[in-house]
Amino acid sequence: MKARAFSYFRAATIDHALDAHARAGDDARFIAGGQSLVPALSLRLQAPRLLIDITHIDELRGVRREGGHLRIGALTRHCEMLSEPLIAEFAPLLHAAAPFVAHPAIRNRGTLGGSVALADPASEFPAMILALDAEIEITGPSGRRRVKADDFFIDLFETALQPGELITAIYVPLFRADQRFAFDELARRRGDYALVGCGMLATFAGERIHDIRISYLSVGNTPTRVRGTEATLIGSRLDAERIAAAQAALEGDLAPPESDEVPPAMRLHLARVLLGRLLGRLGEGA
Amino acid sequence: MSGFDDSLLNEADETVRVRFVVNGRKVACEVAPRETLVDCLRDKLELTGTHAGCEMGACGACLVQLDGRAVHSCLIFAVQADGATIDTIEGLSELGAIADLQAEFHRRNALQCGFCTPGMLVNAHELLSQTAQPSREEIRDALSGNYCRCTGYEAIVDAIDAVASERMKAGGAGGGVT
Repeated sequence: MKARAFSYFRAATIDHALDAHARAGDDARFIAGGQSLVPALSLRLQAPRLLIDITHIDELRGVRREGGHLRIGALTRHCEMLSEPLIAEFAPLLHAAAPFVAHPAIRNRGTLGGSVALADPASEFPAMILALDAEIEITGPSGRRRVKADDFFIDLFETALQPGELITAIYVPLFRADQRFAFDELARRRGDYALVGCGMLATFAGERIHDIRISYLSVGNTPTRVRGTEATLIGSRLDAERIAAAQAALEGDLAPPESDEVPPAMRLHLARVLLGRLLGRLGEGA
Repeated sequence: MSGFDDSLLNEADETVRVRFVVNGRKVACEVAPRETLVDCLRDKLELTGTHAGCEMGACGACLVQLDGRAVHSCLIFAVQADGATIDTIEGLSELGAIADLQAEFHRRNALQCGFCTPGMLVNAHELLSQTAQPSREEIRDALSGNYCRCTGYEAIVDAIDAVASERMKAGGAGGGVT
């Protein structure tokens, strides 16, 4: 339960961090909150020769409006999703999901950038930035780029991040008055990984859904959008019949993997239950 | 791995000098980068009130306050905490900041073996600092990161609930006295 010996480098700037990573010949890992990485090191699932601490890089901090987006610095901690007024106002889905992320002491350390970089399919924030149509700002040896969340999550713990690249910020489109959101999850015990979780962001034209993005966690190898289900809802009012139709459509979108704990049929059932609850809340103007 | 530029980096086993303010006192010690904060506190600084349990961030026995917020000292390497202010159960005790919590835990028999108690107290302290009068549901929610294998939580929830009420009666909305 102890990590293999490694060297430690505290980076003061993004350039320092990238340079150290380049010099380490890929045998390095960036560390910020470390709430997932430290256990992985302790279990020796990972054993890099160098840890590059990015926690003290000021450029990775802060939450601010930038055009039509909220720019959330990669080092923004999970607890700040609950306390930062700009997030409550302009990215309320992240605010709503935050209490479900582990427990308070983990939220005090864990960072948004770290959670997105790890891309654990059972984590709340990767799935929510997918529902939010967020963009991930990545900085690496060849410069800076922005990747849509739809293109970022590739497979189990696999993302568009290349070796030596760093997530520097998440850009979330500003929440608008004609939008509604909802989040919930089902877990056996609060703070445990959810059996199924779901978040959604809908744009309304009057009482009709103009656009909706629905994203699940814990249903597959990646955070999962359910595009067929979304399509059944576009242009319609959220009455009981329409919600039932959306629940029926879910089967075409989800194929939960076999697992000893939760059979695929049960997970699909729970996903339907959650969908019904959340669409019901949206219909009530949640 | 090929390409690793050893000349630019410390040797892996080399120790690093770190400085903290622990329980109000400036301290410095030599640690290996892979040494967690809980090991540093216990082994180097002889502050053994902080317990190493699961060492995975699940059991909560190692909770300390780092720059004023509760964190798992098993999930931070001591080098990462260089320059930080750390308060352990010893410091919170000596300061009297949690005297009412300790008394109530004792009165309600909310501890048996006591292994989890320091983490429970740090967590309860954090909760009451953030929320002056949490509901029992909120208390249970906050305790989701702490394992107790003895009391089954009922007495612990009772103790925290009672302290919140007493503090409200005594000092109004201030709640989280530190």
